[in-house]
Amino acid sequence: MSLKSRDDLSIVLCGEAGQGIQTVEGILVQAIKLAGYNVCSSKEYMSRVRGGLNSTEIRISSKRITAYVDRMDMLLALNEGALEHLKDRINSDTLIIGDDQQLKTVNQEYNVLKAPILQSAQELGGIIFANVIAAGVLSNLLNIHSDVFDQIIRDMFQRKGEEIVKKDIKAGQKGYQIGDELSDSIKIISKIDKNPVIKDELLLSGTDAVGLGCIAGNCKFMASYPMTPSTSLQIFMAHHGEDFDILFEQAEDEIAALNMSIGASYAGARSMIATSGSGFALMEEAVGLSGMTETPVVIYVGQRPGPAVGLPTRTAQEDLNLTIFSGPGEFARIIFAPGNFQEAFKISHQAFNLADKYQIPVFILSDQYFAESYYNIPSLDLSDVEIEDYIIKTPENYRRYNLTADGISPRGIPGYGEGVVVVDSDEHDEEGHITEDLQIRTEMVNKRYHKKMKLIEKEIIAPELIGGDGYDILVIGWGSTYSTIKEALNVLGSDEISFLHFNQVYPLYSNTLDYLENADKTIIFENNASGQFAKFIKMETGFNIDEKILKYNGMPFSVEEVVKSLESLRGL
Amino acid sequence: MDAKDFDMTGADVAWCPGCGNFLILKTLKETLAEMEIKPENLVLVSGIGQAGKLPHYLKCNLFNSLHGRSLPPAVAIKAVNPELTVIDVSGDGCSYGEGGNHFIHNIRRNPDITNIVHNNMVYGLTKGQASPTSRSKFKTNLQVEGVFLEPFNPLSIAIALRASFVARAYCSDTEQTKEILKKAIEHKGYALVDIFQPCVTFNKTNTYQWFKENTYYLEESHNPTDINQAFKRAMETDKLPLGIFYMDNDRKTFEENLEIYYDDKTPLYKRKYEMDKLKSLIESKKRL
Repeated sequence: MSLKSRDDLSIVLCGEAGQGIQTVEGILVQAIKLAGYNVCSSKEYMSRVRGGLNSTEIRISSKRITAYVDRMDMLLALNEGALEHLKDRINSDTLIIGDDQQLKTVNQEYNVLKAPILQSAQELGGIIFANVIAAGVLSNLLNIHSDVFDQIIRDMFQRKGEEIVKKDIKAGQKGYQIGDELSDSIKIISKIDKNPVIKDELLLSGTDAVGLGCIAGNCKFMASYPMTPSTSLQIFMAHHGEDFDILFEQAEDEIAALNMSIGASYAGARSMIATSGSGFALMEEAVGLSGMTETPVVIYVGQRPGPAVGLPTRTAQEDLNLTIFSGPGEFARIIFAPGNFQEAFKISHQAFNLADKYQIPVFILSDQYFAESYYNIPSLDLSDVEIEDYIIKTPENYRRYNLTADGISPRGIPGYGEGVVVVDSDEHDEEGHITEDLQIRTEMVNKRYHKKMKLIEKEIIAPELIGGDGYDILVIGWGSTYSTIKEALNVLGSDEISFLHFNQVYPLYSNTLDYLENADKTIIFENNASGQFAKFIKMETGFNIDEKILKYNGMPFSVEEVVKSLESLRGL
Repeated sequence: MDAKDFDMTGADVAWCPGCGNFLILKTLKETLAEMEIKPENLVLVSGIGQAGKLPHYLKCNLFNSLHGRSLPPAVAIKAVNPELTVIDVSGDGCSYGEGGNHFIHNIRRNPDITNIVHNNMVYGLTKGQASPTSRSKFKTNLQVEGVFLEPFNPLSIAIALRASFVARAYCSDTEQTKEILKKAIEHKGYALVDIFQPCVTFNKTNTYQWFKENTYYLEESHNPTDINQAFKRAMETDKLPLGIFYMDNDRKTFEENLEIYYDDKTPLYKRKYEMDKLKSLIESKKRL
């Protein structure tokens, strides 16, 4: 029995919540990277603490891979429901590994390899060890040295005590033993090249990339309310609070969270919040407060399918409209939607500088797929990292909203200088006091919206064009679809297709229309039902994108789906 | 310092003649002057309502926030810069209605701020609807048959949550109010000062005369460190006691509990991370 010979494997683990599928993912992605392979993983799971069905996809490759594929070269089934759960992705090329008990009902045409994983776990003292055994099996099959594996187990479980470490090492060894028995029947990975350089690369999640960027941007204050998939960023920042002087506070609700962060920013601390759809909806009023008082704040929105509670643990790109149009009234803002981890780091760091520079809310749009994927990258570029200081020491008769030619009033903070800093959510005069002078009102709107937007538009991040500029077909994407579309284009290897990816979605890049008009055909991929970005492009440029491929079942696009859509568009 | 140091020349005051807010403003200025708190080291944070306009009539740093949302920024401002004196000032509707959740949870945080609530038992700015503290049978343009909801009792709630300082004042008694405010501002931790204040336009029931007849001061023998006594007195509603009901000087403040201030008292806003630490954090990300 053998897998199709290839230099790129996709392994899926499936089990129920509480079985530790994410632990296996954690062990394996580290082991694979340390062994010198490129690795990438993504997960889908149910919103429950026990039971249900969760799966993780881990890809191993000679090439850099960062996207989700439908293809499953190997499926490790840790419970009976796994086959049913993933039936659409199983075919005769999929090698299914699992216990006899779990694979009773499997279709005879499938490639099945019985391995006593759950059974061995019981023998070792409980089903709880199945995850580490499974990790051991796969690790062995992937030719990863058991020393590397043992070290990872030690590091991961040491905080649970030596007894647990010992048991888990034993479980891993059992996994290796099972792997030895299986490896007589299957030969894999022979075509995947090891590259020793990869061992020293970074292994990040999207959340890590954003979090590191926020630290680099000198974030000092974060108030938030837990909500999937943004909780992981809250945890990241809270855990690094001590080392980087960041005050993390779990607010009583989302409303408090953003109002607190705006207050902290008024007092001079670079501040942020992290939330998701409905949580962000609660914050909208305070988005207006940031706009009106011209108080900088960074808002991270980890998107998931809505409306209301929606599908809490799944992915979507449904809240672009919500962020573009959030808050009453009109004021300047910037919205980023990074497509890869390097960009996410850079953008998150820049978000704090830009928020301070223009005294506005700056948004970072992410989603469950992006936040919870892992892959290796060579490094993060620290050469641009700079904390730009825009705070002034106030003079005696300081006026917070002094009307200047460019619309930016030098920003003071209370307790720093001779002046007082007066800010108001009502319309206000230059000092910051309530006014109903309609002439001043008009000037303040010009300042908060027109003048700031004019400056902001000068430094919009240009979209990244992947492929040549002599394209016939232009694919458009934003945010987390970046990796998937890029890999699909590689698969197609066609000169006539290029890909335009937007890391910044608002304001829209001024020369966007030129890119669009250069194409015979345009196609956009979005994880929403209405084509929010396509509509936004239409609104801003008048351009109708020819084809909208929209997916809104809670799963990310796969490379195969994008390839298929593009092939049919090309009439292949 | 003199109360005049806090005067705002040319402020266009939006309160009705005879409004109890004028007395609170005057008393607050005198309190601050006597305590030698400089305008540039003082931040008043307010919400929306007639009381929420007070900071505009007093020279200071001010953050006039959204309706009901004054406490979250006030707490954050103090946490970011503990060297500032932070006073939250708003009305009963803003603080106990729209901002009820923040009221509850910031008592739990115990930030070192003073929370002054102008309590006139009516919505003034929106012209005469019931507030959370409106008393039974109070008729308004929206509560046409009269209020039947149980009035919100801020003092008993605060005491039940072990707020570290709980007091009630009446604006006409300016000297007593000043003493209470001084103790509240001096107090290390969250201090609630609910101040009775007649609304001369929209509340014809709870007038100056009514407050005079229906309030009295806690006896000197009242022990404010006895929480059960304090709670009992806060539950009195026939005649309403004034004074300091409860105080606990031993509770750690929110800022004291923050790890960032354990070894280093430098206000947060002055701090920058060390690049070497960022580099080593990134380096550590070779592993999960």
